[in-house]
Amino acid sequence: MANISLIPCGDFKTTYGRDTTIFPTVTSRNFAILGILILLVCPAFMDRYWLNLCIQIGYLGIAALGLNILVGFTGQISIGHAAFFGFGAFSSAWLSNSFGIPVALAIPLAGVMTTAVGMIFGLPAARLKGLYLAIATLAAQYILQDFFGRADWFTGGVAGTIAEPFSLFGFAFDTDERFFYVVLVYMVVMYILATNLMRSRDGRALVAVRDHYLSAEIMGINLTKYRTMSFGISAFYAGIGGALYAHYLQFVSVEGFTILFSIQFLGMIIIGGLGSIMGSLMGTAFMVLLPEVMQALTNSLAGTAIDTALNLKEAIAFLREMAIGLVIILFLVFEPDGLAHRWKQIKAYWKLYPFSH
Amino acid sequence: MSAADTPMFEARGVSLRFGGVQALTDVSFHIKKGELFSIIGPNGAGKTSMVNCISGRYRPTDGKVYFKGQDVTGMTPNHRAALGIGRTFQNLALFGHMTVLDNIMVGRHHLLKNNFLTGALYWFTGARQEELAHRREVEEIIDFLEIQHVRKATAGTLSYGLRKRVELARAIALKPDLILLDEPMAGMNLEEKEDMARYIVDLNEEWGMTVVMIEHDMGVVMDISHRVMVLEFGKKIAEGSPEEVLADPRVKRAYLGEDDEEEAAPPQKQEVA
Repeated sequence: MANISLIPCGDFKTTYGRDTTIFPTVTSRNFAILGILILLVCPAFMDRYWLNLCIQIGYLGIAALGLNILVGFTGQISIGHAAFFGFGAFSSAWLSNSFGIPVALAIPLAGVMTTAVGMIFGLPAARLKGLYLAIATLAAQYILQDFFGRADWFTGGVAGTIAEPFSLFGFAFDTDERFFYVVLVYMVVMYILATNLMRSRDGRALVAVRDHYLSAEIMGINLTKYRTMSFGISAFYAGIGGALYAHYLQFVSVEGFTILFSIQFLGMIIIGGLGSIMGSLMGTAFMVLLPEVMQALTNSLAGTAIDTALNLKEAIAFLREMAIGLVIILFLVFEPDGLAHRWKQIKAYWKLYPFSH
Repeated sequence: MSAADTPMFEARGVSLRFGGVQALTDVSFHIKKGELFSIIGPNGAGKTSMVNCISGRYRPTDGKVYFKGQDVTGMTPNHRAALGIGRTFQNLALFGHMTVLDNIMVGRHHLLKNNFLTGALYWFTGARQEELAHRREVEEIIDFLEIQHVRKATAGTLSYGLRKRVELARAIALKPDLILLDEPMAGMNLEEKEDMARYIVDLNEEWGMTVVMIEHDMGVVMDISHRVMVLEFGKKIAEGSPEEVLADPRVKRAYLGEDDEEEAAPPQKQEVA
């Protein structure tokens, strides 16, 4: 554990309670609180464009965390995550439109509905592994996508469906500035829940299943139960993320939840770090901001020889896709543990400077 | 038969076949409560297969296994763990990316009550108190096996001897009544072996666990075992106290080597076989 060397000298834990906190030191906890406080005042000075990006990072980050619990922590694979994200979006819209359930309640309910669907598609996971499981989840992707297109009563068919804005006690969170807080609260809560899960019984069981399923079984862990459950939890996070997306855009179209989107989720967690909770958020931020960086790069190169040679303005669309692909490959080769691991190393370097160990 | 007489474990006519390979043939034995029972035999004799039949990883093709008088033949390994059977593996099977502490805490799985919901709500559902209470007991095991200095290290980074000890700690954390140790001393140096033998005897005598051990080091086996069973080609050829087993001519022939004048016999025997 790289963390050990980062605990300052003389910081001794005298109770087990102090030794099982989320943050290893008081300073790290204070920095996290400070970060949230800074985020709280963000809408005051960020323009709509940046707020939109932050909100995207928020709801995608929740869904990515779900996928990380499945892939990074439990060692399963899913290439149908976008379909669950979509299912959450439609469920929440459907619940509030058809039954008049308040949006604030419809979002968690949509999460529960998605969990049920996720567990059904997760059942093969109890028997399948690796590539075979990947194909089974691919089936989930296509079945759900087809369902979205055909189930007019649920999704509004090809026309899509509108979703009510989020409101609480008559106060509508219908602008970016307001919705930012909804996403922020959901994100913080969901990330804390995941952190708690991973430091208690069932979270450990999930990691045990990943690391050595034979000895996990000998330790009394029911493999079928935990593999299916992992799909359920992952779908729950996807459902919540999707529901937030629906009530943010206030419109859900059936076209958005493609396999490409699923693979982008996989890209987020690989770049962020498999098996790292904060890594999920870092990876999501990276994937959302990468196109912006590409755009900025293009703008700064405008008029130069590179611009005229590559015709950047026209080519930006596919250059962006290529850049994402290239970045994933570079991460797999040079930093397979993702941004989260790189971040730890940077912290260690900072702390230990000028020594290397 | 009264409850006190019920053996901790009993195998009745256990046979195990993998396709054309007969791993075990009609093996019957029982292990008394509080016993330190060793299974020995040459390589490929079926020792690990037998332990796998006890822990539930393999299901016998024929025959039945009983744990505390209860027929457990059809039970899954996780169910047997909850009943009180713990084990270690011949080839290390730790959770490589988890810390030593988490590895041992996984052993408490069936003793912990919280599920994923109450676990996620950590502070409000008693999950925290439960974690801390079990952490205390886990620390006792850590203390017993003298692995305090590595409790926060990632298990996959430890040396071989330490990993063996962590695996033993994880098996103890299950609080099993019957603990199966598959070659606990393989690949260790003399000092580590002496430590391990001490731990095993303590487990048996102070912690009151019934121990089943597979081991190749005859010195250790004969020193600490109460009873020994010898397997050869999947068949039981002897069972009894270490002295009895050592004196058995079949054991001598099969396992411990033979006197010079008898050495001419084996080729003949193999032709017959």
